[in-house]
Amino acid sequence: MAQQIQQLPPGPPRDAGSVPRAKTNAFSALLHRSPRLRLAGLLTAPAGWLVLVYIAALTALLITAFWTVDTFTGEVSTVWTTENIVTVLTDPVYQRITLRTLWIAVAVTVIDMVLALPIAFFIAKVASARWEKLLVVAVLMPLWASYLVKAYAWRNILAEGGLLEWLGAPIGLSSPGYGETAVILTLSYIWLPYMILPIYAGFDRVPDSLLEASGDLGAKPLTTMRLVMLPLLVPSIIAGTIFTFSLSLGDYITAQIVGGTTQMLGTVVYANVGAANNLPFAAAVSLVPIAIIMFYLFIVRRSGALNSL
Amino acid sequence: MTETLAAGTSTGTEEVPAIRLRKLTKVFGDTVAVNGVDLDIRHGEFFSMLGPSGSGKTTVLRLIAGFELPTSGSIELEGKDVSAMAPFQRDVNTVFQDYALFPHMSLVDNVGYGLRVRGMPGSQRRERAREALDRVQLGKFLGRKPAQLSGGQRQRVALARALVVEPKVLLLDEPLGALDLKLRQQMQVELKELQRSLGITFIFVTHDQEEALTMSDRIGVFNNGGIEQIGTAHEIYERPGDIFVANFVGTSNIFDAAQAQALYGRADPLCIRPERLRVAWAGDPERRSGITSRPGTVTSFVYVGHATQVRVQLDDGPAVVALVPEKLPGGDAELVNGPVTVSWDDAAVVWLPARGT
Repeated sequence: MAQQIQQLPPGPPRDAGSVPRAKTNAFSALLHRSPRLRLAGLLTAPAGWLVLVYIAALTALLITAFWTVDTFTGEVSTVWTTENIVTVLTDPVYQRITLRTLWIAVAVTVIDMVLALPIAFFIAKVASARWEKLLVVAVLMPLWASYLVKAYAWRNILAEGGLLEWLGAPIGLSSPGYGETAVILTLSYIWLPYMILPIYAGFDRVPDSLLEASGDLGAKPLTTMRLVMLPLLVPSIIAGTIFTFSLSLGDYITAQIVGGTTQMLGTVVYANVGAANNLPFAAAVSLVPIAIIMFYLFIVRRSGALNSL
Repeated sequence: MTETLAAGTSTGTEEVPAIRLRKLTKVFGDTVAVNGVDLDIRHGEFFSMLGPSGSGKTTVLRLIAGFELPTSGSIELEGKDVSAMAPFQRDVNTVFQDYALFPHMSLVDNVGYGLRVRGMPGSQRRERAREALDRVQLGKFLGRKPAQLSGGQRQRVALARALVVEPKVLLLDEPLGALDLKLRQQMQVELKELQRSLGITFIFVTHDQEEALTMSDRIGVFNNGGIEQIGTAHEIYERPGDIFVANFVGTSNIFDAAQAQALYGRADPLCIRPERLRVAWAGDPERRSGITSRPGTVTSFVYVGHATQVRVQLDDGPAVVALVPEKLPGGDAELVNGPVTVSWDDAAVVWLPARGT
């Protein structure tokens, strides 16, 4: 390359003031020297908040579950008893509600996973850069609308003479009506973005060259999906299932709006906090989803799915 | 299939090129990335595609691999048209710039992947993968994940993974770009030796002219989506076909048409390599026939180890760079801005066609 060195003409004398030096600051200098102090300054407030609001509240919940309510006065009596826990675990009514809630959460998670995988794949790997942005916004958009609005919209869709019935009538389908199926449909819709986003991010992180390399070495697209894509996506899919599963497990509003008489763990908690005024029992019921989620996370961790990368 | 086999046995494989590109064109939106490229690459050849970024060389490679489909034109692999085929149907393999190793698989699984998807049973493919890794001196790291390797080691795994499936043509997309200089030079030698011993056609994409010059049997110099010149390293360096090639490959002193007219009475640009220029410090011009001398002024010099690059502004010509192997007769203060005479053999002049395009 023929390079030419150009010599800059000597500039005018700089008398108009030199570049200002950085100001010294004893406190910043101290922070720079002491990483511990920096960490303390950074973490005190959020850590305090975490301990106070989350951990203290959870502990209070756990303790309350072992108390009981005086049936005459309606006051919480702080006598230790496992009565509530035993009822929740052994009473066939609550066992049925627990299993139904679990079933609804699993169904919602599976439906969302099946819907989210192709959508996320399309957004991350097929759509052009411009469309990718638009589609991500489109996925996020329903989250800007109130949860209640969406639940009531589904109530209308599922109603007698509603949209679903009108659409289904020509092909002999009718609306499932208000009940378990309606709850599953509505929750699947509401939580879908929480499944799409982590899977989309997962697809986005897989370099195109890995897919090209797989094809280059002789793999057909489905084989590439099975041997390269899915193993790399497992952590993202699990992140998505944690969202949809735990959100469904704790839901009580959708169950009330489109569930008809369907009882979920959330509605039991709600009834006991409100109408029945039995806070200790509500606390005992609310421990069930917490236990289920912890069990799920334990399984996920044990399976090694999260440390595959 | 039978036809190519028959042709191969009766007339010798030299007749059918390993890769034949005809009027190959690729358009992305309103950018023409590759513009009507015609190219034959011979069997067992180490062919480099050299060019600046955006010159279309990588796109040509991706078209041959099948990651992109051509807008028009054809690609033949050993006489068979593969233009419309998917990557998994083509008997070519790629070493990617970022290596593209599967992060969730061990080395032996990475290298065995191509055999696995072709349905080779487990024990046999692990055996083959182990041999391939041995060949690139990574036999002890079978169970490691790619993340536990250095850049140079990953590069070797990528090479082993592509070669274990015995492709007809190996495509290398700037595979040495991420390595440091020493490792790069070592890998250049290893790649060349590997290619010679395997006898596989290598197509090597690079923007590093030195790399292309040292490794290749032939080089195609790319610019603006087309090939400017095809030739051996020697031809490309000694007889550049136009101003672009002269400037891109090595350092060139270019005299434009007007300056050449003043020197030789011929209105075409010309080029002289820096090592062909001689500098007379005393200002004493050489006077022999076949030698041209011009006075000038030293503007700067750069010591490059084996020689010194001296920049001279010719009095009635361009600024030129001369590569002076001997020790300079003084330091900065004495030489810079001093008068010198630059001379060269007329035989060292390369005339460049004024480009019509």
